[in-house]
Amino acid sequence: MATRHSRSAARLMMAPAVILLLGWMLVPLTMTLWFSFREFLPLRGGDMGWVGFDNYARFVTSSAFWPSIQTTLLIVGGVLLITVVLGVLLALLLDQPMWGQGVVRILVIAPFFVMPTVSALVWKNMFMDPVNGLFAHLWKAFGATPVEWLSQASMFSIILIVAWQWLPFATLILLTAIQSLDSEQLEAAEMDGAPALKRFWFIILPHLGRAITVVILIQTIFLLSVFAEIFVTTQGSFGTRTLTYLIFQRVLESQNVGLGSAGGVYAIILANIVAIFLMRIVGKNLDR
Amino acid sequence: MARAVTPRRKALTTALAWAIGFLIFFPILWTILTSFKTEAEAIASPPKFLFFDWTLENYGVVQDRSNYMRFLWNSVIIAGGSTLLGILVAVPAAWSMAFVPSRRTKDILMWMLSTKMLPAVGVLYPIYLIFIKLGLLDTRIGLIVVLMLINLPIIVWMLYTYFREIPGEILEAARMDGASLRDEILYVLTPMAVPGIASTILLNFILAWNEAFWTLNLTAANAGPLTAFIASYSSPEGLFFAKLSAASTMAIAPILILGWFSQKQLVRGLTFGAVK
Amino acid sequence: MYLRNALRAATALSLIAAGGAWAETLTIATVNNGDMIRMQGLTDDFTAKTGHTVEWVTLEENVLRQRVTTDITTKGGQFDIMTIGMYETPIWGKNGWLVPLDDLGADYDVDDILPAMRGGLSYDGTLYAAPFYGESSMIMYRTDLMEKAGLTMPDAPTWDFVAEAARAMTDKENEVYGICLRGKAGWGENMAFLTAMSNSFGARWFDEDWNAQFDSDAWKTTLTFYLDLMNDAGPPGASNNGFNENLSLFQQGKCGMWIDATVAASFVTNPNDSTVADKVGFALAPDTGLGKRGNWLWAWALAIPAGTAKADAAKEFIRWATSKEYIELVASKEGWANVPPGARTSLYENPNYKDIPFAQMTLQSILSADPLAPTVDPVPYVGIQFVAIPEFAGIATEVGQEFSAALAGQQTAEQALEKAQALTTDAMEAAGY
Repeated sequence: MATRHSRSAARLMMAPAVILLLGWMLVPLTMTLWFSFREFLPLRGGDMGWVGFDNYARFVTSSAFWPSIQTTLLIVGGVLLITVVLGVLLALLLDQPMWGQGVVRILVIAPFFVMPTVSALVWKNMFMDPVNGLFAHLWKAFGATPVEWLSQASMFSIILIVAWQWLPFATLILLTAIQSLDSEQLEAAEMDGAPALKRFWFIILPHLGRAITVVILIQTIFLLSVFAEIFVTTQGSFGTRTLTYLIFQRVLESQNVGLGSAGGVYAIILANIVAIFLMRIVGKNLDR
Repeated sequence: MARAVTPRRKALTTALAWAIGFLIFFPILWTILTSFKTEAEAIASPPKFLFFDWTLENYGVVQDRSNYMRFLWNSVIIAGGSTLLGILVAVPAAWSMAFVPSRRTKDILMWMLSTKMLPAVGVLYPIYLIFIKLGLLDTRIGLIVVLMLINLPIIVWMLYTYFREIPGEILEAARMDGASLRDEILYVLTPMAVPGIASTILLNFILAWNEAFWTLNLTAANAGPLTAFIASYSSPEGLFFAKLSAASTMAIAPILILGWFSQKQLVRGLTFGAVK
Repeated sequence: MYLRNALRAATALSLIAAGGAWAETLTIATVNNGDMIRMQGLTDDFTAKTGHTVEWVTLEENVLRQRVTTDITTKGGQFDIMTIGMYETPIWGKNGWLVPLDDLGADYDVDDILPAMRGGLSYDGTLYAAPFYGESSMIMYRTDLMEKAGLTMPDAPTWDFVAEAARAMTDKENEVYGICLRGKAGWGENMAFLTAMSNSFGARWFDEDWNAQFDSDAWKTTLTFYLDLMNDAGPPGASNNGFNENLSLFQQGKCGMWIDATVAASFVTNPNDSTVADKVGFALAPDTGLGKRGNWLWAWALAIPAGTAKADAAKEFIRWATSKEYIELVASKEGWANVPPGARTSLYENPNYKDIPFAQMTLQSILSADPLAPTVDPVPYVGIQFVAIPEFAGIATEVGQEFSAALAGQQTAEQALEKAQALTTDAMEAAGY
């Protein structure tokens, strides 16, 4: 159906988006690359010349580097696991007939509308505070010693906060997918006496494959750059320093733009590795 | 569609769903409740749930300290502007990807998504320097452009998946009738894609509203949105739970209300082509 | 409303006519501390006097620092006045990024500014930022709990006494913790406290050749003492407590002692916010008999970035906000206990201020702090709870994270010090020392 005419028109129509994004990617990327090879210390007089690969070597050999990669992947993986598993269960539940379905749905999606900064502040102060937080009151009510969430269970706490924010998103997409499932097929299976677990495993889950892929793809993009939640709660202490946060420390706290830029390049490489990995799965799943 | 279930099962499901819904919503509810307490009651042990002296004084304090309306207005303009601008750029791109696909279409799409993976902190200095050169610091237009670029990949992708759902035959029929490309988009495609476009707008409005890195670092007195508003409350001196709650409630209320009113749209639209 | 605007316009016009100055709008970045918020509320007085209006950008401390540093290093020109501290001022002043404040006028009485503050906010003898308020640190303690424990707090206690008292006051059943100290990681949080504390134990950050000193015995003693004390008598979750968290705990009556900024004295004795307002006593920060006390010196100050087109109006604002008249203005509206402390000598000579219970202890603490000779042994740097070099903030925050992790029980003092030594050495090498 595509004529040559419509092909060139199509290119023309794609041009603004492609050019804009190319600019958005290339200009900062080029500048980051440039800075990463220079000794750039804003507080010590700015750009002080070429240093070759020094920044790259220094960033990677710092004792903080590998733990930060691990932390990043742990947060991404943990949040994905929680949101996908709970998202599927929640979507199944919300798909059941019930009274007040609309209201429940509203309650469930609400966290998605909360700014990350606000949700981190609220969780940190009003729930996880070991003296005045609601969890502390709850623990005390049962005679237990309150947990110091942000230091003793720092990763868990951050994953919890982030997962709370993203669970609605996963649930919504999965719910939409479940609702599109052919109910006759399910009913037929039910008639045949297939137990609920089997029906879930052989009919529902395969149907959700695409939706789960989409959830994973979109969330990964956002989760790789999680920042506000860490900045507000632990500021990178107690093993919660992600690669993004490490770069933040190098660029803004240590005011070493060259070193931070090298870190930025590493982050782009990591993102691309994750992306290629994702594309492999997603690409297959998104094809018709 | 409606499956026959016993009332008992329906009651059980209802109870369970409500309980879980309440649990998930609770942090927000607790924030809203706390915003109506005095500081002393906000930290009372055991915590007071509903039976306390409801007061509006925290809202008064917050309003006295900062010009809420200006932050709100900036948020509306920036989130709205970036979303609309994004739609304008994305609709033609998504159209051509969906209806005139080439071998590289998917690669381009994936490449677009990958631009979102650049860590923002890493490019703060470059962007800040560019903004100085262009005189865009602390302007709404600057933020509109940045947020549009950040969300553009998502917008393009969402629209692309909607457009793909539209059967090509309709377009061909229109073309037979002599419709030009412009007519095709304006009169045939757009009406069919309205639900998809609407939910794309909603999702991106929310994402832009909640963006807290660029909006904080590229603004000063003029263009700061609600994310900047909340940054002045994160750890004030002394007892602050109630005031923090009031500020938080004020920051999230508009988007929460908007989200609730449009949740049907959002639910329908958030498919990303995941539903066949 | 209309009338007020018209009146304002008229005032502004007459001022323009009189002084030839144009009414400007100043953009001021500031931190969300109580005294600054009070200043925002009083801006109308400044506008009425000068015709200039003010736009405030109020941010939480960490965000503010990141925001103004980005702007000053790139010459972004977003702010006409920045609120900065004693750490930034000499570094920025040296780089020529700030407008010298050497011409604030005779009526401003620059000699009235406390010498320690003036010294810390100058580079090469030139004042680059005017102190809005200044602070040292001291012990704030609960007189009732001290009495209950059968002890009397001397005016100048030792660390051993503080530790003994803290353990005696602790009553975990009733959520009373003998001592609240900063544990939250950050160069301005736990490291400010620990660096000041280490001075009293004779430790230092660097020797005279800029070699990191975390492998010294003095640091080991400091950190071990701190960790033991906090584990026995500190509140739960102390590794997440900074100034604000501790203030909140103290106001709720959950701390027996708190060693922190002198400005906190007015918050803990304010009956509106504090449940223990009438039971607070003050003492100098502790020592170990080596000749230095564990108190710091800090000022939040107003500075003008070089290159602003509104330098004259900005100076007028600084003249207003850091003047004696401003102190009186606050006193007339909010009472003497709430005026910005620690900046001017005349405040401490004012008979109205003498009755304030914490005034003399604050002054003594400030006067006993010497940024040029912070610790027992000689050091190559300036600053008591910080080291005034650009690399410090980054290094100290990372060191602070190690110490914070040690407080949370995730590693031992030795491990934390070892890592601190390694990362400080690395960073200093990278910086070319």
